Amino acid sequence: MAEFSTSVRENGDISIINLKGFLDAHTAPTLENNFTQLINDSKFKIVVNFEDLAYISSAGLGVFMAYIESIRDNKGDIKLTNMSDKVFNIFDLLGFPLLYEIYKNEDEALKKFSGS
Amino acid sequence: MSVRKKNRAAQLKVKSRTENLSEIRDFVSGNARAADIPEVTVENIILAVDEACTNIIKHAYNLSPEGEIIIKIDYDEEKFMVTIIDYGKSFEPDRVPLPDLQKYYREHRVGGLGMYLMKSLMDDVEYRSVPGKYNQVLLSKNIRSG
Repeated sequence: MAEFSTSVRENGDISIINLKGFLDAHTAPTLENNFTQLINDSKFKIVVNFEDLAYISSAGLGVFMAYIESIRDNKGDIKLTNMSDKVFNIFDLLGFPLLYEIYKNEDEALKKFSGS
Repeated sequence: MSVRKKNRAAQLKVKSRTENLSEIRDFVSGNARAADIPEVTVENIILAVDEACTNIIKHAYNLSPEGEIIIKIDYDEEKFMVTIIDYGKSFEPDRVPLPDLQKYYREHRVGGLGMYLMKSLMDDVEYRSVPGKYNQVLLSKNIRSG
């Protein structure tokens, strides 16, 4: 079975979700639960760190699309960081860089939140 | 007469459950690596097959876990071909438009991305359905080197 796990950290009023392993149609609900929980807790400033993510399919990409609107409606955002070239290429192929801010590292994303 | 150094076929049969996607990916990856295909191409084929099977699980079998999915791999020096067969609801690929991502985002629609990825990652994607009998999707990638 595909191995996938997430962990959530707080940095001030920003929540950071770390992704690890394989994000596919089977494991996407784990990440959906993270977003649902953060939204329930009114935490709308979210950074997702992809450093340990080995694989993503469109079911995983769909999770970001499912939550971005309600998060932005609440003056928050989902910013994406530390993607491998392999994972970035899939995001790029689907035009995600037009819709999401993608940064090389977590600090850049955190700074963007504090700057706005 | 041409002599083919590489020519192999393999088959995997699994139930229509998302938990089987990792086994499907391992099956494709093992065969693609044995075919000596560049790593980037291997990864593209793995993702395309995952997307095809995810669509079958979600749409052809409507998440019912007892459907059957058969994945056949066939390759020679020129082409790596994956045929995926299911016995669920037939599918009309022409009815799935290419996604307008901005529109998807506004409408929270996430299906259709998989189809777009399959077409982008493979050289050819062909559907064949015999309604009430079976559906087949053939994914092929040219692998001739040089």
